[in-house]
Amino acid sequence: MSAGLVILVVIAIATAGFFIGRSRSLSAVNGNIRQLHSLPGYYGQTVFLAAAVPALLVAFGWLLLQPILVESQITNMIAPSDIAEGSSRGLVMADVRRIATGLDVAIATGALTEDQLGALSADQSDVRALLGSVGVALASEVKESVLVASKTYREMTATLRSAMAIIVILLSLGGAVFSLSRIKPDFRARNVSETAVKALLILSSTVAILTTIGIIASLLFETAHFFRLYPAKDFLFSLTWNPQFTGGSDLGILPLLWGTLYVSFVALVFAVPIGLLVAIYLSEYATRKVRSIVKPAIEILAGIPTIVYGLFALITVGPLLRDYFAQPLGLGTSSSSVMTAGIVMGIMLIPFVSSLSDDVINAVPQAMRDGSYGLGATQSETVKQVILPAALPGIVGAVLLAASRAIGETMIVVMGAGAAAKLDLNPFEAMTTITVKIVSQLTGDTEFASPETLVAFALGLSLFVVTLGLNVLALYIVRKYREQYE
Amino acid sequence: MTDATNNGAPKKALKTSLIAVDERTKRRNAAEARFRAYGVVAIVIAILALIGLVGSILNNGSSAFRQTFITMDVYLDPAKLDKDGSGNLEKIAKVSTFGYAPLIAKSFEKKFEDPNVGVEGLSAKKAAKMISKEGPAEMRRFVLANPEMIGETVSFKFLASGRIDGYFKGRVTMESAKLDKNVSTEQLMLADQLKAEGSLQTSFNMGFLTRADGSENRPEAAGLGVAILGSFYMMIVVLCLTLPIGVAASIYLEEFAPKNWITDIVEVNISNLAAVPSIVFGILGLSIFINFMGLPQSAPIVGGLVLTLMTLPTIIIATRASLKAVPPSIRDAALGVGASKMQAVFHHVLPLAAPGILTGTIIGLAQALGETAPLLLIGMVAFVREFPAAPPEGFFDPAAALPVQVYNWTQRADPAFVERASGAIIVLLVFLLAMNAIAIVLRRRFERRW
Repeated sequence: MSAGLVILVVIAIATAGFFIGRSRSLSAVNGNIRQLHSLPGYYGQTVFLAAAVPALLVAFGWLLLQPILVESQITNMIAPSDIAEGSSRGLVMADVRRIATGLDVAIATGALTEDQLGALSADQSDVRALLGSVGVALASEVKESVLVASKTYREMTATLRSAMAIIVILLSLGGAVFSLSRIKPDFRARNVSETAVKALLILSSTVAILTTIGIIASLLFETAHFFRLYPAKDFLFSLTWNPQFTGGSDLGILPLLWGTLYVSFVALVFAVPIGLLVAIYLSEYATRKVRSIVKPAIEILAGIPTIVYGLFALITVGPLLRDYFAQPLGLGTSSSSVMTAGIVMGIMLIPFVSSLSDDVINAVPQAMRDGSYGLGATQSETVKQVILPAALPGIVGAVLLAASRAIGETMIVVMGAGAAAKLDLNPFEAMTTITVKIVSQLTGDTEFASPETLVAFALGLSLFVVTLGLNVLALYIVRKYREQYE
Repeated sequence: MTDATNNGAPKKALKTSLIAVDERTKRRNAAEARFRAYGVVAIVIAILALIGLVGSILNNGSSAFRQTFITMDVYLDPAKLDKDGSGNLEKIAKVSTFGYAPLIAKSFEKKFEDPNVGVEGLSAKKAAKMISKEGPAEMRRFVLANPEMIGETVSFKFLASGRIDGYFKGRVTMESAKLDKNVSTEQLMLADQLKAEGSLQTSFNMGFLTRADGSENRPEAAGLGVAILGSFYMMIVVLCLTLPIGVAASIYLEEFAPKNWITDIVEVNISNLAAVPSIVFGILGLSIFINFMGLPQSAPIVGGLVLTLMTLPTIIIATRASLKAVPPSIRDAALGVGASKMQAVFHHVLPLAAPGILTGTIIGLAQALGETAPLLLIGMVAFVREFPAAPPEGFFDPAAALPVQVYNWTQRADPAFVERASGAIIVLLVFLLAMNAIAIVLRRRFERRW
């Protein structure tokens, strides 16, 4: 019985329970609703919740834990001698899973019966060809021990699956029967069901916390793993980045950090003045009509996915900069460069800076403007000498948030900045960033035992720490000075 | 006492006039005008950037929706396809696509009998190369579906190869064809003749929206079908998870949570989570959902889960804002007539906040739809040709996603894929535009001001 079906059955039991519970409460008072403590629907709800919630929680927990349990059992079945040269336990386990699915497919299509499978042995028949014929391709010949492991894997999974189905459905029925038996005219059904609903609400609000814990735990765990294989000192202070998948690689973060900061700097140099001037013009000068057209138009820029900016950098801005600036000036021949990524990222950040600054500038009280005009200042003098100083903390906060956005941005730099890690000052040279390297080290076939892959987690942790730090700083500044004029 | 301040001659009166503007005022007015101009320039730059961005994508991508087709009458030769004439499907299936290619060459030979068609030095076999490698595969599928048609002459509308298509879109020229080993000038001349004769035409490319991805050397056959379906599946997962969880969490935080340090932590947490770089969520997905929980790579379920965690803060923030906008008098009135706190929230506050919640959800979904970076890490870059099955099994099948498909195509060598990538962006932007338009309409129609 598949997991989806079990969940459907549970929901069906719970729904039936709702209606039975409701009618039971009514019949308990012979239809005289006034003698009930709660409305009949609440009696139904208690049955629904008791039938569905514990059963579903058990089902999800089971689905999470079952693979882990099965893996740990099966892993022990594979002797170290079965692991081929250059392979790893993880790869063999992947084979086991693949063969197990293959056997399932073979049985489902009728190429194999259960009896034949019991007698199947890798030494006598060609399992690889058999599985190939049902559309499951294997990279190498199947060893007997691996086949046995796969068979056990299949059996264990099947047994646990049916055990889960039975337990979950029994739990659901048990919950329904128990709560039906509690239905009496003076049973405080509304209070019970409201407490249960509140518990569910609390549970939902912990998802955000769990996500954070998940992020931090996975980053820290794998980073610690990385530092056991590669010295932390070299990672933090080495000036070269040169991963070799044969071993002996240099994995210094400094060239990547330099590239990241350089691209972000170019982006901010582009975005901050423009964003700020746009915000000032829109809040101080623009007529209502201009504002109502320009503001949404600029906010469209914020809604465009970064992949679009990446493509723009790759096919338009990159070649343009190369042909009209870099090559005539003799500065480089690469279309992906710090400048390309920086300018395009700057465009992306304009609405970010402008809308945050706009809010801050609008929050400056009108009385300050009027005072300044009363003393004879022009509008621009008011902006420069009164409004900007008053709004400065908020603007600094906006710039820091924009910087954190720029540092964490991925697609634009993947498609616009290049892949060569170097420490260079020439902005028309291709450089690379932390996010680019996370993508390149973790895409494709990865094996989670080599420092070349695990370094991505250390990079991710650095990125997380830097962006979180900037955000916290920005929020602190904004919060500290926000109420100054209110 | 007055002597102390009144020293020397009285100061010369300033020569100011209300009519004539003096030097300093002129300077100040000029500075004012300059500052204003800076603002206008900044706005113009921002708008130009927007126009440049959208224009470049439209310019590069709109041609992806038109495709060159070559119509050919092909004689399905029984001697080639069904050697013993038994009509046995298994035997027919043994003939691979390579067995079908000569049939196309044959029909070109037939075409060359027309005096107006044919270029010197171009054999029928070479001319057959003008048809996409997908062509024979299409024929094979047709024959396997209709084995009774063997021995008949059937008219097929083949895709032209990427280079021929590029010739009519201006990407390939006679000059570039001389240097290109995939296309010859003779083929291009023949293509012109075929166009004049009417068997080659450029028409709307439905296949771009429905086909699966094509391999490296078949850009003409590459489509977005799997990617659109994959993205759709992910959006279903995101919607089914974020909406209940996000709304439940916001109701608790806004209406029930006591003011204490735990609630504070949750709130700070949510606002920080909204600012975590998206790629970090990809790392989370890779290590928790794939490595730890053993979910399959490149599956929409994993993508959906990762995007759910990413969109959750957006939806919680939007929902809380619209719950906050419902005036307390509504709650008080409900409590006053004897409703419980829970009834007040679920019967009165939530329905009134629903339009705002819906708008926020749609905008959150639009954001999730365009997100690329985390999907790269969970294996969505894989080359997927098979359509995922119907849900719920389909959630666990490998699939692509729209933005990742764009990235994938930009990584390929053939320039025809640039056009495809931009075309895919147009499709993505149309979806986003539609979603945002729905959100705006909902807001306009149902928003209530208190």
